[in-house]
Amino acid sequence: MNDHMEMMRRSVEELRLTFKSGKTRGVDWRKTQLRGILRLIHENEDTLFNLLQSELGKHPVESYRDEIGVVKKSADHALSCIDKWISPKKGRLPLAFFPASGRVLSEPLGLVLIIGSWNFPISLILDPLIGAISAGNTVVLKPSELSPQCASFLANMLPTYLDPKAVMVIEGGPEVCNQLLQYKWDKIFFTGSTKVGKIVMAAAAKNLTPVTLELGGKSPAIFDSLPYSDLKVAAKRVASGKWGACAGQACIGIDYMLVEHKFASTLIEQLKKTIKRFYGDDVKTLKNHSRIINKAHFDRLRSLLEDPAVAKCIVYGGSFDDTSLIIEPTILLNPPLDAEIMNEEIFGPLLPIITMDNIEESIEFINSKPKPLALYAFTKNETFKKQILAETSSGSVTFNDTMIQFLCDDLPFGGVGQSGIGRYHGKYSFDTFSHEKAVLERSFYFELEPRHPPWNNTKLEFLRSVYDYDYVGVLLILLGFKRPSKSSDKKD
Amino acid sequence: MEVLYDACWSMIKSKDVICDLSITHRHHRSFSLQTHASICSLQIELAIALMASEEQLKNSTAPEVFDAEAASCLIKELRGTFVSGKTKSYEWRSSQLKSLLKMLEDSDKQICDALFSDLSKPEMEAYIHEIAMIKNSCKSALKQLKDWMKPEKAKTNLGTFPSSAEIVPEPLGVVLVISAWNYPLLLSVDPVIGAIAAGNSVVLKPSELAPAMSSLLAKLLGKYLDNSAIKVVEGAVPETSALLEQKWDKIFYTGNGRVARIVMAAAAKNLTPVVLELGGKSPILVDSNIDLAVTGKRIVAGKWGLNNGQACVAPDYIITTKQYAPVLIESLKHNLVKFFGEDPMNSPDMSRVGHANHFARLKRQLDDDKVSGKIIHGGQADKSSQKIAPTIVLDAPEDSLIMNEEIFGPLLPIVTVEKIEDGIEFINSRPKPLAAYLFTNNKQLKEEFVSNVSAGGIVINDVGLHLMLDTLPFGGVGDSGMGSYHGKFSFDSFSHKKAVLYRGFLGDAPVRYPPYTPGKLRLLKALVDGSLLGIIRALFGFS
Repeated sequence: MNDHMEMMRRSVEELRLTFKSGKTRGVDWRKTQLRGILRLIHENEDTLFNLLQSELGKHPVESYRDEIGVVKKSADHALSCIDKWISPKKGRLPLAFFPASGRVLSEPLGLVLIIGSWNFPISLILDPLIGAISAGNTVVLKPSELSPQCASFLANMLPTYLDPKAVMVIEGGPEVCNQLLQYKWDKIFFTGSTKVGKIVMAAAAKNLTPVTLELGGKSPAIFDSLPYSDLKVAAKRVASGKWGACAGQACIGIDYMLVEHKFASTLIEQLKKTIKRFYGDDVKTLKNHSRIINKAHFDRLRSLLEDPAVAKCIVYGGSFDDTSLIIEPTILLNPPLDAEIMNEEIFGPLLPIITMDNIEESIEFINSKPKPLALYAFTKNETFKKQILAETSSGSVTFNDTMIQFLCDDLPFGGVGQSGIGRYHGKYSFDTFSHEKAVLERSFYFELEPRHPPWNNTKLEFLRSVYDYDYVGVLLILLGFKRPSKSSDKKD
Repeated sequence: MEVLYDACWSMIKSKDVICDLSITHRHHRSFSLQTHASICSLQIELAIALMASEEQLKNSTAPEVFDAEAASCLIKELRGTFVSGKTKSYEWRSSQLKSLLKMLEDSDKQICDALFSDLSKPEMEAYIHEIAMIKNSCKSALKQLKDWMKPEKAKTNLGTFPSSAEIVPEPLGVVLVISAWNYPLLLSVDPVIGAIAAGNSVVLKPSELAPAMSSLLAKLLGKYLDNSAIKVVEGAVPETSALLEQKWDKIFYTGNGRVARIVMAAAAKNLTPVVLELGGKSPILVDSNIDLAVTGKRIVAGKWGLNNGQACVAPDYIITTKQYAPVLIESLKHNLVKFFGEDPMNSPDMSRVGHANHFARLKRQLDDDKVSGKIIHGGQADKSSQKIAPTIVLDAPEDSLIMNEEIFGPLLPIVTVEKIEDGIEFINSRPKPLAAYLFTNNKQLKEEFVSNVSAGGIVINDVGLHLMLDTLPFGGVGDSGMGSYHGKFSFDSFSHKKAVLYRGFLGDAPVRYPPYTPGKLRLLKALVDGSLLGIIRALFGFS
C-alpha cells in the first residue's frame, strides 16, 4: 500500500512539473484538450449509455440529458468563449495615476484536484474539468468509488484523449482520498456531502488551498395554487425534478414540497397521474426510472420510512425492490417535522409534501432550515415571486420549472451556507480555476513629487485634492497658486 | 482530522512564529487535556497554545471577559437584526456609509493621534494611506451602490427556452472581520465598508497590537453606526478564539499565514467561506535600462514610505543584475538622504516598528551571522524608540533568515543575478507573493514577467500603487491569500450571487419527460448542438 501511495505522490508531482513547463498555459493546448473531451464522449457514447444504465439504471435519454449532453454543451461553450475569457480586462484609472494602464489578467492556479460524486459520475467530473482545462491548469481527477465502472472508464480512456502529462485520473476510496488531501493543491473542487465537505476544507486549510464545495441540502419546492392547465405542466416538471434525474439522487433535485391545505389533494392527484404516465405504477416494471446506487443508500432510504409516524403518511408508492434496488416514486403527506425524513437530505425518490394555511408561510418554513442549493417556486403571483427572492436565501431560485438552471451557462451554479462555497458553469468555471491578477503599468514620465517624503503641508493639501478628484485644486497647487488651508496645519 | 492536528502541531513546534496576538494564559493549560475534543475546540486550543508558546504573556486584566458565551449572545443579536431584513435595504446601507464618512471627517485628528501613538505614523502617511483611502472607498461605494445592488441579466439558451434569467446579489448574513495592526484603520474599515454595502451585519475585531486605534474604533463605530447590526469586539487571543468558535456567514481575515490556517480550519467546521489577506515576500525586479532617478524615488517611497516597510504590499527584496547593483544602491542611498535626512532615526517622516516582538524579529534577521557582514547601508536599531534605520543588505545568502521570512520592516536585501531573466526564475522558485514589481523599459521583459510571475498583483515601474485602484481586485494567490476586495470586489466578497431563472408554463418540450424514446434522444442531441435543422428534423420525426 505504501508503495502505491508513493507512486501516486510521484505521479502527482509530475503534473506539477508539467504545469511549471508552461505547456498548459497555451490557448492551443487548452483547445486541443477540450476537443479531446468532446471526442471522448462522442466516440464512447454507447459505452457510456451502457455504463450509466448498469450502474444507476439511467435511461439513455436521461444519461444524455444529464451527463453527456451537459458535458458536450459545456465543452462547446468553453471552446467558443475561451479566447474572450483569457483576454485581459481593462481597469479604469483615475487621472492622478496618469500615465498608466490597469488590467486584470486571468492566470491558471497550478495543480488542481477535482473530487467527483457518484450520482452523475461523468458530468460531475468532466464539467469541472472543462473549467480547469480552460483556465490552463493541470488536473487530478478522483471519481467516486461508488460508481466504479464509470471511474475505471475515465481512468482508462481519458489518457488516450487528453494529455496524460497534465490530466490524470486516480481511482480509489476514502483512503486514497485522504492521502490526496494531504498533498498541496492550488485548488480543490469537491462535489459531495456536507460532512465530507467540512473534512476537505479543513485539510485545505493546512496549505491555504482555496476550495469550491458543491454540496446539497434539502431543496424545497413551493407550490402555489394553479389553474388546471398550468398544473398539468407544473406536475410534469415536478416529476422530472424529483424522480426524473437519477431517481431523486441529484443535488438540485426537489427534496420536499410546500403547498396550501386546500390545494394538496389536487396536486397529489395530478402527481399520481403524471407518475403513472412517466414511470408506470408497479415497482417491478418501473420504466425510465433510475435505481438507487447501492444497498447502503437503499437501506438508508427505507429506514426513513420505517418510522411508523412517517409510514402512515405515505399517500402514494412506498414499494421497494431489493433485487433491482429500485424504489417506487413515493409521496408522503405531512410527515412529522421532527422525523428524520424532514431533517436529513433525502437524496432519493421520496417526496414529502407539507401543507400550510397560506402559501406565504412557506418562506418562514424555508428560512428555519439551512440554506438550500436550489429553491423552486411554482406561482404566477409576481408579488410572491419578489417576496421569495428578497426574503429567502439559496444557491439558486427557479420559478415554474425544475433542474434547468443547471443548463444555463450564464448562471453561476453553486451553493451558499450549508449548500456550499464557490460556483461554476460557463465563465464561472473558468473563473473558479483562475487567479485574477491585477496588473498596473506605469511609465517613468511625470513623477508627482507630493507622493514622496519629506512631507509638508503643500503635499498633504495636494493629495487631499487628488483624492477628492478636485483637479482644479491639483492644478492650482502645482502652479503654486493655492496655499495649504488652516485645517491641515500641523498639530504640533 | 489528523491532517489538521499535524498542521497545528508543527506550527506550535516551530519557534520562529511571530506572535501577532498577545496572550493571556488563561486557556493554556487546557490544551493538553483536550486532545480528544471536537475538531474545532482543538483548533482553538491549539491556536491559543500556539500563541502562548511565544511567551508573550501580557499582564492585562480585562475588565470583562469576552468568552464563547458572550460571543454567541452577540451573534444571536446580530442575526436577529439581519433576519429582520433591516440591513438589506438600500437606505440602511447608504445611511451607514454616510455616517462612516461623517465619522472620518469629524475625527481626522483623533485618528491621526491614534496612528501616531500606535506606530508614530507621520500625519501625511496617515492621511494618504489610511484616511483618504477609506474615504475614497466609502464615496465610491455610495456612488455605485445602486448599480452594484441591481440584478444582472443573464443569457438563457435554447435548452431552457422560453425563459429569462438574472443574477441577484444578496447579503451573506453575519460576517466577521479580523484586522491587522499595520494599517489599523484602513484594514479594519475598508472590509467593513464592503460588508455594509453588501447588506450584512458585521463584527469587527481590530488588532490589539494597535491599542489606541482599537479603542478609537470601538468608540467611533459605536457612536456613528447602527449598533444593532455593527459591533466592535476588542481583544486578543481569547476573544478571537471565542469569536472563531461561532458560526459566521463569512470571515474576512487580514494577517499572517499561520493564523490564517487556524482561521480557515475553524471556518471549515461551519463551512464558512473565508477571505484571507496575507502577505509574503514581494520582490522588485530592477532592469538596467531604466530612468534611475524616478526608480530610486519610487522604490524608496514604496519601501520606507509605506509604514516603514510594514505593509503587506511593501517590497521585501530587490533582484537586479550584478553590474547594475552598485548604481542602483547609490540611487537608493541618495534618495534615502533626500527623503529622511542624514539621521533617519530621528526623521519625523518615518514610522517606527509596530511592536516589541517585531523589533526583536527584525533585529534577529540583522544579527544573523550570514547577514551582519553584508549590510551596506543603515543597520542602526534603537530598542527604546523601537526604530530601525533604513537598511540595505547586499547578497544575503539564500538560506539566511532574512531571505526566508517575510521582513515586514525597514530592511531591504538586494539579490544579484547574472542575467535579469534569472530573476523571474528566482521569484518562481518561492511561494507566490502578494505583489511583484518590475522596473524596466524592455517590452519583452514586461510581457514575460506579467505572464510568468504569479502574484496577487503586478505593478510595472512603480510600487504599491495598485492598492489604491478600486477597479483592480486586491488579494493574494497561493500563500499570499485567497479572495479579493476593493471597490466592487469588496461588495462581491460579501455577497452571494443568487442565480434566478424565470419560466412560464408555455413552451413545454415533451422531450424532457419520460416515457423516453429514440426520437426524444435525437431531439435532445439536436437541442444541445443548437442545430436548428436538426431540431426541425427531429420534431418531424426524420432522423
